[in-house]
Amino acid sequence: MTLNSTTLDQIIRLIWLGGAVAFVLGLIRMNSPATARNGNLLSAGGMAVAIAATAVWLLVLPPSGSFNPLGWLVIVLGIAIGGGYGLYSARTVKMTAMPQLVSLFNAMGGGAAALVAISEYVGHASAGTVPGLQDNVATVLDVVIGSVTFTGSLIASGKLMGLRITPSRPTRIPGGQLVTVLLTVIVIVGGLYIWLGNVSLPVLLAILAAALIFGVTMTLPIGGADMPVVISLLNSFTGTAVAMAGFVLNNPLLIIAGALVGASGAILTKLMADAMNRSVLNIMVGGFGGGEGSVAEAGGAGGSVREVSMDDAAIQLAYASEVIIVPGYGLAVAQAQHGVRELAEILEGKGVDVKYAIHPVAGRMPGHMNVLLAEANVPYTQLWEMEDVNPEFQRCDVALVVGANDVTNPAARRPGSPVSGMPILDVDHAKNIIVMKRSMGRGYAGIDNELYTNPKTGMLFADAKAGLAELVAAVKAL
Amino acid sequence: MNGSQLTIDLAFTIFVLAILTGFAVISKVPATLHTPLMSGANSIHGIVLVGAMIIATSANDPITYLLSFVAVAFASLNVVGGYVVTDRMLQMFKRKPAAPKAEKAEG
Repeated sequence: MTLNSTTLDQIIRLIWLGGAVAFVLGLIRMNSPATARNGNLLSAGGMAVAIAATAVWLLVLPPSGSFNPLGWLVIVLGIAIGGGYGLYSARTVKMTAMPQLVSLFNAMGGGAAALVAISEYVGHASAGTVPGLQDNVATVLDVVIGSVTFTGSLIASGKLMGLRITPSRPTRIPGGQLVTVLLTVIVIVGGLYIWLGNVSLPVLLAILAAALIFGVTMTLPIGGADMPVVISLLNSFTGTAVAMAGFVLNNPLLIIAGALVGASGAILTKLMADAMNRSVLNIMVGGFGGGEGSVAEAGGAGGSVREVSMDDAAIQLAYASEVIIVPGYGLAVAQAQHGVRELAEILEGKGVDVKYAIHPVAGRMPGHMNVLLAEANVPYTQLWEMEDVNPEFQRCDVALVVGANDVTNPAARRPGSPVSGMPILDVDHAKNIIVMKRSMGRGYAGIDNELYTNPKTGMLFADAKAGLAELVAAVKAL
Repeated sequence: MNGSQLTIDLAFTIFVLAILTGFAVISKVPATLHTPLMSGANSIHGIVLVGAMIIATSANDPITYLLSFVAVAFASLNVVGGYVVTDRMLQMFKRKPAAPKAEKAEG
């Protein structure tokens, strides 16, 4: 052995620093479309090197003083099973289901961070050693944040999957505030007890249980349309939990990477919320009063609604010279992106100029609509960003709105409405408007869309997928 | 025990500087990239795998072995799945089909 253990330890730490640098440079590169993929690969490379270096470090300088065969079996099996499933699910997931998978991965990270602290604490409890104050503070914070993220992300994922136990509409929990207060008290009292230097595994488990329940009660009341912001926020939480795990284990790499994600995730969450003209606080406390799913009576306060038949809509579209398609959340939910592409192709075959107007927050996540339409082979050149397409609306003969609601509401242009100030697509400037929608249900903002009562608007009540198929057949039959 | 230990002041210094770096690396990102960027950051906190490996090698009873096994599996899922799905997303953001490469002239 020519290398002494201190030197090796220092070399490993420098390699970790290299990994951290790769994470930072990778994130910077992901700010721009041209370098984003390269940035992700750089980050992945840094991760691989850091993990390999850790394996060498643990083999040559095992923390328990000697080689722990069972521990290594656990590592190899864990990586094979977790990594294998991660690879499989990431490769096979449909792009429409991608947001819930990201949320699931986030839950795993938060859970792992909490488990690291719990396992360390179990070690202290069975050995009868008293951890220092900073370890206790970090342990409690890690367990609380990691567990909230774990259950919160699972609920968010379930909401996006449309599971019945986690409906995407906001779910009121009876006595919700009382439950929150109770859980907070458990966490604070238990946390103080541990911080004062009492080693008690049952108290830590009580904190764990309270935090797990809180993750559920925090996420359930939030509507499906706000899930992107929630997932991004929980992503930032996981980063913070991992940094806390770094304090527990005295590991600089976990501290750096965790803090990096915690901070960048917080900024990203704010950017996402800004794009929807919402505040993060507003979303977390339950958002707009009305909520999604409350059905407004047709012809309510704003005036009457005109219905249009499938054949009329087909004729309007087929004989237009310019059509702008406005896809939205409903299209993503109905997975109707292939239908919309088919319709566009047939219209183009008839000499119609077709464009897609993409609102920055169209879909389930910002940028999600671009991914979905790209997957359905819609040429990138037909996707128009909001600022570029808005002047086009006054020239277009028909604007076809599929599953978009609040982002087309002209009420956003004047103050006094919950959507005021939100950037919208100027659909109402089009000569004719066809809105394909399942019902007169309100969008997430819970308000009536003035576009629907516009005299130029014809409502086509249908599920996006089935409706587009019918529309395609009707256009073909002309 | 492993070599150098981080003192709390040093650990906290690293923590704060890393937070400031995290704030600085996100600039004006186009909305199109919000989702991939979130997914990319999500993969980075899979670094908790390093922590899970550390607790696995110092485990010494059935409970800690079980806890560290679950932690390693969770963290690996986060790392591998995160990077792969981010790459799949970013792969789709090609503005136009790759331009035909010019033949490299022999020197």
